[in-house]
Formats: sequence, structure tokens, C-alpha cells
Amino acid sequence: MNSYTSFKDTQIALKNGKTTCVKIVENYLKNISEKNSDINAFIEVFSDEALERAKQIDLKISEGTSSKLAGFVLGIKDNICIKDHKVSASSKILQGFTSLYSATVIERLLSEDAIIIGRLNCDEFAMGSGNENSVYGSVRNPLDMTKVPGGSSGGSAAAVVANMCLATLGSDTGGSIRQPASFCGLVGLKPTYSRVSRHGLIAYASSFDQIGPLTNTVEDTALLLEVIAGKDKMDSTSSSVQVDDYSSFIKPVKRKIAVLKDCLEREGLDVEVKQKLESTIQQLQDDGHEITYVSFPYLDFLVPTYYVLTTAEASSNLARFDGVHYGYRIENPENLEDTYIDSRTTAFGDEVKRRIMLGTFVLSAGYNDEYYKKAQQVRRIVQNKTDELLKDFDFILSPTSPHTAFEIGKKKVDPTVMYLEDIFTVHANISGNPAISIPLYTHSNGLPFGLQLLSKDFTEKDLLSFSSEIMKNFSE
Amino acid sequence: MNTSDKYEAVIGLEVHAQLTTKTKAYSSDENIYGATPNTKTCPITLGHPGTLPVSNSKVIEYAVKMGIAVGSQIRERNEYARKNYFYADLPKGYQITQDTTPICNGGFIEIKGEDGKEKQIEITRIHMEEDAGKSIHDLDPFHTLVDLNRAGVPLIEIVSEPEIRSSGEAYQYVLEVRKLVRYIGICDGNMEEGSLRCDANISVRLKGAEKFGIKVEVKNMNSISNVKKAIEYEIERQIELIENGGEVVHETRSFNAANGGTISMRHKEEANDYRFFPEPDLQPVIVTQEYIEKIRKTLTLLPKQLYIKFTNKFGLSDYDSIILIEEKEIALYFLEITKHTKNYKTAANIVNGAIKAHLNEFVKHISEFSISAIRIAELIQLIDDGKVSNSVATSKVFTQMLQSDLSAEEIAKNNNWIQDSDTDSLSEFVKQVIAKYPEKVEEYKSGKKGLIGLFMGEVMKLSRGKADPKLANQLVRAELEK
Repeated sequence: MNSYTSFKDTQIALKNGKTTCVKIVENYLKNISEKNSDINAFIEVFSDEALERAKQIDLKISEGTSSKLAGFVLGIKDNICIKDHKVSASSKILQGFTSLYSATVIERLLSEDAIIIGRLNCDEFAMGSGNENSVYGSVRNPLDMTKVPGGSSGGSAAAVVANMCLATLGSDTGGSIRQPASFCGLVGLKPTYSRVSRHGLIAYASSFDQIGPLTNTVEDTALLLEVIAGKDKMDSTSSSVQVDDYSSFIKPVKRKIAVLKDCLEREGLDVEVKQKLESTIQQLQDDGHEITYVSFPYLDFLVPTYYVLTTAEASSNLARFDGVHYGYRIENPENLEDTYIDSRTTAFGDEVKRRIMLGTFVLSAGYNDEYYKKAQQVRRIVQNKTDELLKDFDFILSPTSPHTAFEIGKKKVDPTVMYLEDIFTVHANISGNPAISIPLYTHSNGLPFGLQLLSKDFTEKDLLSFSSEIMKNFSE
Repeated sequence: MNTSDKYEAVIGLEVHAQLTTKTKAYSSDENIYGATPNTKTCPITLGHPGTLPVSNSKVIEYAVKMGIAVGSQIRERNEYARKNYFYADLPKGYQITQDTTPICNGGFIEIKGEDGKEKQIEITRIHMEEDAGKSIHDLDPFHTLVDLNRAGVPLIEIVSEPEIRSSGEAYQYVLEVRKLVRYIGICDGNMEEGSLRCDANISVRLKGAEKFGIKVEVKNMNSISNVKKAIEYEIERQIELIENGGEVVHETRSFNAANGGTISMRHKEEANDYRFFPEPDLQPVIVTQEYIEKIRKTLTLLPKQLYIKFTNKFGLSDYDSIILIEEKEIALYFLEITKHTKNYKTAANIVNGAIKAHLNEFVKHISEFSISAIRIAELIQLIDDGKVSNSVATSKVFTQMLQSDLSAEEIAKNNNWIQDSDTDSLSEFVKQVIAKYPEKVEEYKSGKKGLIGLFMGEVMKLSRGKADPKLANQLVRAELEK
């Protein structure tokens, strides 16, 4: 019986002959079959395929020809395309759609002998903070089935914490990896914008979206990033900055850390979240790191800026789902216009429709200057101010989320309340910086929550090394 | 005064030129006309979820070439934009184009104005964009068929200032644009196949008025002569409307080739709000001065440059030069001949005369013409040497050269067409003829100069047609005027 929670343990067991890839996959399949009907993390399990691949990789291991991720079993958020597999972004509009190609991240994982075990539930088109906006229904938090796992990569977080796979890929447009990681007690990284190819990621907001891992350990996140990061000719916005050996951490050094006063003083921040964070800050200071409380007076502008720009891009990105070329089409439409209106009205969920309408509005003639252009200007300011701040500091420290996982259905009523969930995470997507949530804490309510660190563009190696150091020294 | 003479037309043209790049603008799909429908359609072209555009750098190169050819300002930082609208042949639901940062601004196209003088039509902008697929409404009685082979084919849109004043000028303008794109090799200029398309913005105003009238956009003109027809019709229609107390409506109209008229497509109030915004999937392209200069060096064959070369260096007439540069391949053929002969005038005459007549007669393109330039140069040499007359060369020898690999001289020899240019034997014939007609000589001397024809005819007869007529004429004249 295995319950490896890190790839290192998996590798040791494989090496010692204590297990095989087939056994590992069988065990995950068993967990899925036992738990998934309650948790609802997987929307499709590639049982036969994963077992077949496990056999091949076992053979490779025995022949000594296996690659870096041999034995690594992953689940994939259902907005990342896998050749000859269905992909839906948890939307009815993609009903029956099969991808003709694989995302670059999938190609890279497979070429290192990773095993993909299935597709994971998420908020429709990655729009949401609780994984409640899915045509497949809500995902439950395995740590407390009455709570959400976070969103939009809720299935990705739930699958890992429920030990249904070792790690998953999610996508993060405004916190969709980090917030579920915080709610489920996992490590979640949003890489620097452009660090990981978006080719094959169903776009929500192109200039914000990044694919990243959700794992039990910082080491596994580093290892996966090493594999998936790097220039891709299929994504012209991907960066050609050299990919570091993220998994070989640098030796602990004394760091300069900025704490955003405005975050800690934020109304609505859970008292215990604040206290625990403050005690970590004290510990860091005691350990010789330099802590400075700085003011970042843009906090109130982050969420509105984020929603204006992401919905604008989404309204355009989602135009292709029109009932004409693929996916869902209304039966017996009268004409082309009816095909569009009726197919989209029927097959998009409320949140998606809300954001398409908002985005269409902010881009329309007469409002574009007031909303879209203004928000772009704010984005530029936030980027500049963040860069300025990071000239003097190595990291910016904040909570990942104002509180622990909330109850299913509780926040669905008022979308603007839900939008404030993203208050601490959207910063990194607006500015493009890498940011990580690490599972440092357990609340007295029994639920985990994370600490967020944000660093300079392309300094994931520092971010991961320091995260590993903190996990070693301070985790409860 | 005719009523229509009171008015003046104001016309601006938008020309879309499909670029002849090997692959599409944002994917590696082949860019080819006439392939089986929906076979040049990878997931990017189909707009499948998760796909991203991948820029084809040739598109930039071609757009820069056009900018250089018309003397535009070429932009350094080129951003792409999305133009959002729904249509069945637009798989992504938006077109990737350029909005506020077109790659070219300014420059001009030179045409011959209505008064015959050179006129410059200023270019407002040239921008890069992708074509949509093709909706075919008339093949299936119950469905519209969509072919996405054309989706993503690169285009440049060339927008003129409203400086065109007549259908004739518009005709000239499109002709010049087509000539240019063909010369620089970026578009095949085939309006029937839609690789060159033209929309016209047309308004009329009273002559002398400063304010523009209300403009109408006319689309779907699939040949240059239809551009002319459509504009003529539209000017007439607008004038008549105003004269009858009506008002021109701001609208888009479609040209109907069957009856030469235009019909209303949509009113501007119903027009789309395209919600332009910067394309987040493509990084801005930087066009450096260095790059522009590199491209400029490759553009040695612009029609204007050739015109100057032909008139100044080769001493050809304005008329000959214009005809020679009408078509790039013909101009190139002519240039090839001039590498082997200095007799430019005769070379021009043969190209514009015998060769073009032959091509027209057999509906051939110069690329299918069987006589090499060097053989034409040999034919010219034969004329220059006085071995055959111009007319024998361009009719008899030329005709045989079409079917034979023999040199011009060999053909002339084999057919006994080498003319006699031996002055001594020719002088002998002249003397004989003069001696034969003493009365005619007297008549000639007393003023009946037309009789020279008689003497020439006799000389040619004696030489059995081989005498060099020019030389013979000189000798006869000299003898008669002794």
C-alpha cells in the first residue's frame, strides 16, 4: 500500500523494488474509485491508458532508459488540451469536443515519462474561486466535504490532497492555483507570466493566464516547473530566458522581505490568519532576515483592474465558442444569429455569461477609454510600483487568501463578494511576477491556509529555495 | 452645363492585397488558392481551443516592401489588435489586424490625372491583417458552405486619402497598385480570384465646396473595370438623388456585376462595434531601420526606377517606356535583351511590337515565350549589320525563330533573306535603272519626287529583294540628284 506524498519517496520505493509504476497507478485508481464520487475532482479517468503507460515505463525503468519523471502520476485541469482526449473547460459549450493536439506542457511531461491519469474538474473556463461554476457540479474539499476546495483549479487541488494522484497542473489567471493550494494545504505556484507556454491552455485572459503545478512539496513543484517551463515556438509570448535547475535549491541566505501593510490591515482578513502570519514574520526576523513593512496603496484598485482587463480579454477569447464550428449547438436553429445566441445562452454558465457581458461592455465604443484603457494604465502603474519595490526586496510577503475554505454555496449569491476572494492573489497576475502559496498553517477550525510570496520576474529559483527553507523551519 | 458637371466626386479606396507567402499569417498551413476546401486548416486556422497565433515574419517583410515602394513612413513598434465580430467564416470570432499602429503611414501612388498630368494620391495607411474564410452561398440550395482554406491568409490593406476625383482616376490607381504589388512580388494581383480586392468610399459635392458629402462604401467589385463601373454608377446615383431633392445615406452598398448597379447592404447605424483591443497573444514586432535598409536594397526593380532608366539611360520615349514597364516580366525580358545589345530603341520596338502581338494572338504570358532574349539580341544585330531589313526581321525571321532553335542569321541565310548591302553591286543596279528610264529621270528632276518609288521598286526587283532598302534609297537619291 503506498501513500507517497512526494516524488522523492516514490522514486526511492521504485528504486528499492518496493513498488512499480503499475502498482502506483493502481493505487491511485483505487483511491479515485473510492473517493471521487464524493469529491468530484476527476471528470474523466484514463484508467487503461495510464496502466498501459505505467507498464511501458516499468519496462523502461528495468532497462535503465527511463527519464526524469518516471513514476510521476499527474492529473490535468480540464482546460489543458491532450491529443485525442476530450477537453471541456467544465463547460457545456465544448460538449463532445476532442482535442486534435496536446498542449506543450503535456508534451513536455510525457517526454519525461510522466503518467497522466485523468482530467480534473474546474470552474467553467477557469472563472471562479470555489469550483462551483462547473457543468459537472461543485468539487468538495477532501479536508471538509462541506467546504469548497477553492477555485478555479479546485479539482486539481482536491485530487492531490485526496491522494488520487501525486500532483496536478492547474492554471492561474487571478489566483486559481494559489488559492485552492491554500484551501487544501498544498504548494501552488504561478510562474512568471511567459515562463510556461500557454499553447494548449484554453484561454481565459491571455495576458494573465499561466499554467503551474499543485503539489504536496516545494521540491515537486520545482521539479515539474523545470520540465514544463521554457520557450515554445507555438507561443510567441513565451520567454526565451534560460530555464534554471529549479530543483537544486540554493543555500539559505538572509533575505530582504517586504510585508504589505495594506494586506495585513485589510478589513475582512481573518484574525487568526493575521496572527499566524505575524508570528512567522517575527520568526523570520529572529532568524536574521530583514523585514520591512511597506505601504502599497493600490490594493483597492487591484480587483477592479483585474476584472475589467480579464473580462475584456475573455469576451474575445470565448467568441470562438459559437455553436458553429465545434462543441455544443442548439437543435434546429432558424439562422446563423439564432445559432449564436441560443447555443451560447444555453451552454455557457451564468458566471461565464456575466464576464462575457462585462468584457464586451468595457471594450465597447464610448466605454473603452473609461474602463479598458484606464485599467490598462492602472496595470502599468502596478507593474512599475511592483518592480520598484522588488529593487529593494527579494520577496513580497502576504496571506494567500483572507480566510480558509468557505462553505459550498455560501458566496455564490453575490458575485462581487466572490470577486474579493482574489484580493491578495490578483496582484501577481496583474504585474506578471511569479508567486507561490505554501501550506504553512492550520487554522483552529481545522482547515489549512497558506502564506504567499511574490518575487522578481524569472526568479522562481529563489522563490522555491526560500519556500523550501521556510517549510523546513516553520511548518506546523 | 450638364447637371453632373456641377458636381465633383470624392473617392477614397481601400485595397486588400493577399500576400503570396508560402504559409499563412499565423500558422504553418499552406497559403494556396484553389485547394480542396478545408484542407489547409490546422487547429490554429480552425480556431480550436488553446491555439495561439504564430507570426510569419514574411508578412512583415512584404508589408515593409510595399511601404518602401510607395515611400511610406515605416513604424518601428508594430502592435497587433483584435477586431471582434461574429461570422461563420471567422473561426476565432475576431480578426487579427492592426488598429492604432499600422506598419505604414503616408507615401503615395502616382497616376495620370484626368488632365493627363501626373497626380499623386496620398496613402493614409497600410496595415497587416488576416483574411477570413470564404462563405459560399450559391452552391447548395439549403446551406451556406464555409471553406476555411482562406482563413488566416495574410493581407495588407492599403487605404488612400480621399483624393481620387473620378472613376478613371480610381481605375488608374488600382492599376498602379496592382502593378506595384506584382513588381515587388508580394501579391499576384488577381482580382477575379480575390487576391486583390477593392472597396470604394464615394461621395459627391458641388464643385468648389469644401465640405465632403455623405459617403457610401461600395464593396464586391471583382475586376478593375468593375471598380470603374461601380464608381460611375454610384456617382450618377448620388447626383441624381441630390438633384431630385433627396439625401445620400451613410451606408454600405454592394456592386452587382450583372447589371452594373449597386444595392444597399447595411446602414452604418447597424454597423458592428468591433471592440478593438491589443492582441495579447502576439508580442509587438520591432522593425529596425537596419532591417528596412536591408529590404530596400532588394527592391531594385520598381516601375518608377525602370522608367527613369529607360528614358534617361536608354533614351527611349515616354510612350515606349510606359508600355515596357506595364508588366514586370516583360520589362525583365526587355532588360535581358539589353544585356546583349545597345540598340535599345529596336529592342523596345520588337518587344512592344512583334513579341506583344504574338503573345496577344496566342493568349500567352511572356514566361511561355519560346525565343530567348539573347536570340532576340542576335536578331537585332542582324538588322544593325544591315543584313536584313527591319520588316523582314520582325515578320519573316521572327516567325521562323518561334519554331526553330536556329539563330536569326542562320534562318535568314537558309531562306536567302540576307540583303545585299554591297554598295558596288547595288550601285550597278541603280545605274541600270536610271539608264532604263531617262524620261522619268527628267520628270523627277522637274519636281515629281514621288517617282522615287518607281526607281526603288526596279532596284529591288533587280536585286531580287535582297537590297538593303535604306542603302538603296540613299544611292537612288544620290544618283537622281547628280
